[in-house]
Amino acid sequence: MSDAEPVERPRAIVAGHAQFAHGLVSAVQQITGRGAVFHPVSVVDLSGPDIEALLRDTMLRMDIRVIFTDLQAGSCTMAARRLLRGMDDAVLICGVNLPTLLDFVFATGVPDSQAAQHALERGRAAMNVTTSSGSAPGT
Amino acid sequence: MSLVLHRIDDRLIHGQVVVGWGQPLDVGFIVLVDDTVAESDWEQELYRMAVPPEVEVYFETAQSVVGRSAGFQADPRPGVLLTGDIQTMLQLVRARVVRAVNIGGVHHRAGRTQRLRYVFLAPDEEELLREMEREGATVTAQDVPSTRPMPLSEVLDSEGVY
Repeated sequence: MSDAEPVERPRAIVAGHAQFAHGLVSAVQQITGRGAVFHPVSVVDLSGPDIEALLRDTMLRMDIRVIFTDLQAGSCTMAARRLLRGMDDAVLICGVNLPTLLDFVFATGVPDSQAAQHALERGRAAMNVTTSSGSAPGT
Repeated sequence: MSLVLHRIDDRLIHGQVVVGWGQPLDVGFIVLVDDTVAESDWEQELYRMAVPPEVEVYFETAQSVVGRSAGFQADPRPGVLLTGDIQTMLQLVRARVVRAVNIGGVHHRAGRTQRLRYVFLAPDEEELLREMEREGATVTAQDVPSTRPMPLSEVLDSEGVY
């Protein structure tokens, strides 16, 4: 019997502009030690078809069906939407933040697509504003 | 206010256009000129999903936009015209629809040489850009508003990453 930690399989891609994805995943790693749940894809000056090919190759190679992206209008999001056309078991979550990823990490025992949708709700709920009179969610 | 930016960008609507240019210019509409997109409801929906609800998107062919350009120019809102390739923009320059061209993103493809970080050009594409200038248009490269617009002559002399 080995004492080695089990190797965690990537369950989702995080893709975004510049170093956004690597930054978020490094934060997940620092907080939970489980950054390997995500495969970061950093996109700098690639064409739309090249981004789509990169995401497709990564999804197929790693058997991943969940993609988190940064921006509704972003090239990664556009490429992912094209990619997911006709891929019934895949999910795209756009506008990802750190609380979303942290929730996904700990959602085991359910399909990844279901975990992603739960994480989306947790990520939304985690946003709030603080003023001198107190805090309120997302106002 | 009319069209304030005429941009060649092979990604068409994406973050730099919607946020990088769209917010400082307070863009109210986008004219997307692409024959393939103009014929596909699915493609149009994809691009509509990428813009805020207050920004209107018009899908035109290289031919149809010529007849509608006066209406776009008379629109009180600031607008952006996009083409995905150089050839389409040259058609609009020749039709006198466009007088100033922004090269915003022409990415790597076989046969192209890198001129800027975000501009890769094949020899025939460079000639098309020169043709735009001979037709009287001003041609510059600029990916986002905070960078310097680089004249075409400088772009074509560049050999690396800026």
